[in-house]
Amino acid sequence: MEKVEMEVMYGGEVEETIPRREEETEEGPGPKSRRPFRLPRLDRLILPLLVLLVALGIWETVHQTVAPMLPGPVQTVAKSWDLIRDPFFDRGPNNKGLGWQLLYSLRRVAVGFSLAAAVGIPIGFLIGAAPTFHRAVNPLIQILRPISPLAWLPIGLATFKAANPAATFVIFITAIWPIILNTAFGVQKIPNDYIAVARILKLSSWRRFTKILLPATLPYTFTGLRISVGIAWLVIVAAEMLTGGIGIGFFVWDEWNNLSLEHIILAIFVIGVVGLILDSAMGRLGRRFDYEIR
Amino acid sequence: MKYDESIDRDLIKRIETNYLEISQVSKTFEGANGVYPALRGIDLKIRKGEFVTLIGHSGCGKSTLLSIVAGLVAPSQGVIILEGKEIDGPGPDRGVVFQNHALLPWLTCAENIALAVEAVFPQMSRSEQKERVAHFLEMVGLTDAARKRPAELSGGMRQRVGIARALAIRPKVLLLDEPFGALDALTRGNLQDELLRIWEKFGTTVLMVTHDVDEALLLSDRVVMMTQGPGATIGRIVPIPFRRPRSRIELVRQSGYQHWKGEILEFLYGKGEMKRRSDRADASVKGPALVTMPQ
Repeated sequence: MEKVEMEVMYGGEVEETIPRREEETEEGPGPKSRRPFRLPRLDRLILPLLVLLVALGIWETVHQTVAPMLPGPVQTVAKSWDLIRDPFFDRGPNNKGLGWQLLYSLRRVAVGFSLAAAVGIPIGFLIGAAPTFHRAVNPLIQILRPISPLAWLPIGLATFKAANPAATFVIFITAIWPIILNTAFGVQKIPNDYIAVARILKLSSWRRFTKILLPATLPYTFTGLRISVGIAWLVIVAAEMLTGGIGIGFFVWDEWNNLSLEHIILAIFVIGVVGLILDSAMGRLGRRFDYEIR
Repeated sequence: MKYDESIDRDLIKRIETNYLEISQVSKTFEGANGVYPALRGIDLKIRKGEFVTLIGHSGCGKSTLLSIVAGLVAPSQGVIILEGKEIDGPGPDRGVVFQNHALLPWLTCAENIALAVEAVFPQMSRSEQKERVAHFLEMVGLTDAARKRPAELSGGMRQRVGIARALAIRPKVLLLDEPFGALDALTRGNLQDELLRIWEKFGTTVLMVTHDVDEALLLSDRVVMMTQGPGATIGRIVPIPFRRPRSRIELVRQSGYQHWKGEILEFLYGKGEMKRRSDRADASVKGPALVTMPQ
């Protein structure tokens, strides 16, 4: 039951849905399938493809009627074919393939996100475990949390006096809040009975942490991490537009200056796909630590 | 059988010992709306190896009393004395079986018991600890489920693991908080039989909270009946004289069974108690003044 719901929530994980479908046809309608007479692959493959086709059709129509400046799908693929064909060309510092641009962006996200996790998870545990600490820092968190990511950029630039660390700082400062808050929530949600067990057994602090606190909180932490990685990916594109250098965000800005909209559209598509991959990878990793699903 | 004086002497000594003593225990909860007196003036002495059940209507504070004995809740007044020593907080000398099993869902059954065994017997070697875990799993008939997680087990099986975990730390007192309340009648019966068998084998002192009269009659040496809260206290203590080992089928056929069952039901639902309860219901309709007081 739970798995079915997960699929609905995180729809689009094609790799995962296909083997399960085979499993079901082998066994006949198993206990998991609530509707016995489902047309195979209709709602998972054919319908999404249909929607995609309709979207492409609308796009092409828009191109041909209202916005001739905006390239249509055919033109986009044709004019950016060299970028698609070879994502890892390197013709000097200002002319690298899309693959390189992505890797540079992903590296910034990885650094900023890892720092956010490294700082955010311990703070989250502290907040969840110590009500006094919670009361002390909560107002500050609530003020800092809703600040638009890019508002932090000047602060980063002024502090680090370089574009790269500033971009990393923006990722860090925006990605940290969901990690802190979800971890703290997870700690607060630990059932009293588990704490009672730890007290009766007089578990050492270390065991209490590794055997009870950590496993009970991890699913919540991973929810935070998953939200954060999505935010980080959203933010890096915007930040790079402002900071320049190599990266998918600056690539978009650069191509706007070159007026090659086909390349921008391709980049947008790639950004979307990478975001999806990041999200589902984090989701899958999280499920591995979720005792309720496992 | 030959008469052996030493057995008698030991028996008398055992009976006379106030192994677990609940002395003048009161508990008052302070909330935002005022003060709620949950328990008042509870005195109870339990012999070593005795099986005592606390019975009463829901909300009478019997679970709170059990938590106080466990050390999980501090009494507002009074003390708990175990083997002559005042208890100070929870500890492994009092094993608790929780109503909702409280098994850690990320650990297998064996790991759940192992966590307890390793924490309480750190001086044991790894293999001794493993043997102990296996032994207690076997005792509750769950050797095959050792590697399963609680979510993969039925409610009855989970509670069995809970009992195994509580006994594996060799507690002086076993505290059971409505352990079978959430189970269906047949499973409950099986687990009662099993608990009886285990208790007869171990001879552990047991304090158990229940609201099931038949359960209390089957298992207990004494049934402690609590009055309705606020300010609940011990209303009456009934000794259950049936011979052991007991069996559920023989028990209900015994002539005294209906009598004792009647005694308990009379207390729980009898005229006096019902009158008291309806009075209180009327009072609480009029206003909360009876229950809550300004801080």
